[in-house]
Amino acid sequence: MKKGFTRLHLITSFLFLYQLAQAQSPSGSGSSNFTMLLLAIVILIAFFIIIRVSDNLVRIEAGKDGADVDDASLTPLPGVRDLFKKSAPTYVKGKYFALKKGHNILLEGSAKGPVVAGNAKTFAIQPPNFRGVSAIPKVEVEVGDTVKAGDHLLFDKKNPDIKYVSPVSGEVIAINRGERRSIASVVVLADKQQQYRKLNVPNPDTCSREELVNFLLDSGGWTLLRHRPFDVVANTNDLPDNIFISTFDTAPLAPDLNVVMEGRGAAFQRGLEVLGKLTKGKVWLGLNANGETPPSSIFTDAKGVSKSWFSGKHPAGNVGVQIHHIAPITTKTTAWTLGVQDVATFGELFTEGRFNAERVVALTGAELKQPRYVRTFIGANIGELLDGNFTNDHVRIISGDVLSGSKTSSESYLNYYDDQVTVVEEGDQFEMFGWLLPDLSTPSASKALPGHRFPDTVYKANTNTHGEKRAFVVTGQYEELLPMDIYPQHLMKAILTNDYEKIEGLGIHELIEEDVALCEFACTSKQPLQQILREGLDMVHEQG
Amino acid sequence: MSSFLDKIKKLEPPKEKRFLHTLYDGFFTFLYVPDHTTKGTGVHILDRMDLKRTMVMVVLALQLCYVFGTYNIGHQHFVALGMHTSFMAGLHLKLAYGLIKLLPIFVVSMVVGLGIEFLYAAKKGHGIEEGYLVTGALIPLIMPPDIPLWILAMSIAFAVILGKEAFGGTGMNVVNIALLSRVFVFFAYPTTISGDQCWVAGLEYAGGKGVGETYGWAQHFFDWIFNGLGWATFGEGGRAIADAFTGATPLGLASQGWEKVTSVYSPMQMFWGAIPGSIGETSKPLIIVGALMLIATGIASWRIMLSCLIGAVFMAMAFNWWGFDAFMNIPWYYHFYMGSFWFAVAFMATDPVTASSTNTGKWIYGFFIGALGIVIRVMNPAYPEGWMLAILFMNVFAPLIDHFVVESNIKRRQKISAAAGN
Repeated sequence: MKKGFTRLHLITSFLFLYQLAQAQSPSGSGSSNFTMLLLAIVILIAFFIIIRVSDNLVRIEAGKDGADVDDASLTPLPGVRDLFKKSAPTYVKGKYFALKKGHNILLEGSAKGPVVAGNAKTFAIQPPNFRGVSAIPKVEVEVGDTVKAGDHLLFDKKNPDIKYVSPVSGEVIAINRGERRSIASVVVLADKQQQYRKLNVPNPDTCSREELVNFLLDSGGWTLLRHRPFDVVANTNDLPDNIFISTFDTAPLAPDLNVVMEGRGAAFQRGLEVLGKLTKGKVWLGLNANGETPPSSIFTDAKGVSKSWFSGKHPAGNVGVQIHHIAPITTKTTAWTLGVQDVATFGELFTEGRFNAERVVALTGAELKQPRYVRTFIGANIGELLDGNFTNDHVRIISGDVLSGSKTSSESYLNYYDDQVTVVEEGDQFEMFGWLLPDLSTPSASKALPGHRFPDTVYKANTNTHGEKRAFVVTGQYEELLPMDIYPQHLMKAILTNDYEKIEGLGIHELIEEDVALCEFACTSKQPLQQILREGLDMVHEQG
Repeated sequence: MSSFLDKIKKLEPPKEKRFLHTLYDGFFTFLYVPDHTTKGTGVHILDRMDLKRTMVMVVLALQLCYVFGTYNIGHQHFVALGMHTSFMAGLHLKLAYGLIKLLPIFVVSMVVGLGIEFLYAAKKGHGIEEGYLVTGALIPLIMPPDIPLWILAMSIAFAVILGKEAFGGTGMNVVNIALLSRVFVFFAYPTTISGDQCWVAGLEYAGGKGVGETYGWAQHFFDWIFNGLGWATFGEGGRAIADAFTGATPLGLASQGWEKVTSVYSPMQMFWGAIPGSIGETSKPLIIVGALMLIATGIASWRIMLSCLIGAVFMAMAFNWWGFDAFMNIPWYYHFYMGSFWFAVAFMATDPVTASSTNTGKWIYGFFIGALGIVIRVMNPAYPEGWMLAILFMNVFAPLIDHFVVESNIKRRQKISAAAGN
């Protein structure tokens, strides 16, 4: 309201000056009219600059005295940035970030309708899902054992305190091994009626941090905490500077987290409160300011957390991007991140005293007859989840989204942290002059394709690479798609040349694969950016 | 369709025959986008945009320059001979003459350049990269129309081998390949490409007196067609040059002041491009159309183009203010009527490989190209035009500019890190 007023004020004063200029010119001749107009504009700009400079000086002084000047309006005139900034939706209260860079990939087959019960019967914990865990962890159960939900299945010998627990109760039916005897998955056939391991819940408000941590390690709650930099399972002696939770997902076909969280508000709130005890900083909630209506009240009414609002295209919903704008991760700072459903599971450890691995999963993709939301548990069997719902056989099944998910199959299981399955067509066909024809049927972030003029087009994508890998040629492309103060191409080149100092200096700590996934999608040279980034992250992780 | 694909696939030579296989692969991927799918370790879907499409966009943006260049070769030739002096007169003759001159240059450019690319691709055992398609399309446009083909071939071989392949191929070169070939011609064969006599095609100077060339079989072939249509023909050639003719380009005259330039060429003539010069650089509006197309499609950086313009305007104004000699006193806006500023800025400075790679760097890089280009143009009598040298010079400095921009990003991050550590 106030900004609208000042803008109006500016226009009227401008018109007034123009009138004045016209009145002043003796015979109203064209050229002197023009000169007066120019003069008026110059005076106005000078006036504006003086005000802005003094405003900034006041701001600096006030900042020195410790006043919070971020949102305060000290002068009636809007700032230069305010003039061009998209104004925040009316429901936004608090810190607001309008991110301009990015791109939304709109695909067919988004999940719709109410959440239905999924019919997955087997569930698995897959050690490769946890980065940093050794390939052959110690499995505590044998085939044929019966387990309750929350019973220990395995632990990493390097970090024996972190227990990986069963998402469901039932019988262990398989321990699958991958290459070189590594453990690929421990599979549990679920009971019809779920039984939960009884937990001795300490009171988080009164107990020591050590007690709390020990409880989390034992109950399996610790495995939900992911550590930044590097996106690994948090260390047991970790005291993070901040904890970040993004309450919206902007990835292609991503589930609507408002739908996903329906009915788990109390657990979510409790989870946030307990997380607050585990950090020396704050718990930050990233909220979606893209919609016409505000997000679910579960998020907007959350208490005991700092909320910040983000509007913008993908990857605005990535927690890494949000961290960058709130409290960037450096070589000295760390953060934990969780998904919203992870927070709910975390909270239920305390509200209900059990490890409830319930997940609402979005089954998406144009190759599904009926894309929808299903209620199931962590690590559900993908074939059983999808239930032969395909329109065609020649498909790729992805646990996660099309940008940073992992290729999987009907026999395999949903990854531990994923809440989405995407099915897209395999694109192993030749296309005649595919590089030349103006194509409206394939998504693109480029302005050179006609689709750019129709930003609302919804596409049916396939897995074709649409060209061959080349050396880095085009510049400035990644920067347009990553709303962070980072030079991705320079970082990638630094990783490829093992320039360790530069890798660190250019901010590798702030990134994980999902943040550069959109750049990889758009890359003209078809470079595998996520793979390169992970090599760099591994290198820095090992050395540091 | 698929049977056609099968037929082509049957032609595939065995992988052991490296050169043949590379050649086949080059043509096959030109015809068909391969059936490769994403590996499953990164993104699963990829953008429609690839390097081929990027490159072909630039080539498309050059097409108007090609059409006008073809016409202008013929136009200048006939104007020099005092025939068909109006714009539309003898249009078919001018186009035919232009084609006879331009086609061999284009073919040599592509055959020599692509040939070297193919050889190196086969040697290294990877696919043919598209970079040369643009370079090969740019080179004919920046050469004088009468350039001997062997010099052209030498310059391209020099530029591609030493400028590009020695550095590792497409994407690795430090300086612009097209300009490197141009600068090779400029310095290795100075008599061929400088002075007033090289900018109009088909004139022979013997004993100070110029005559038009004697037409060969190509012109006779066109004559045969034009005769049949009842149109004007080339004839045998050998006509004397018109008395009022001077082959000097506007820039060649500019050291004597703007009045001298306008006594030969009107500003509108310079703007539309009916003046002697390198083949594709004369017509400003058509280049601007190409530049706008590149900006609209996001292929070339508008930051570089705009900052070049700002740099050139700034420097030209500074010279106006200084006003030391007649050239400096040419009003700043007239600088944009002469020479190859627009072509250089739209197509040469914006080459993403050799330009600055950071957005801040692009502003600095462009500004200095603009400023330096005008400095060379105005202050150095040996080089009538400055863009080639200005761009090559800034190509070399682009990594340094980027270094400082990237360092400042690193410093910024270190500051945040230091603040967080306390």
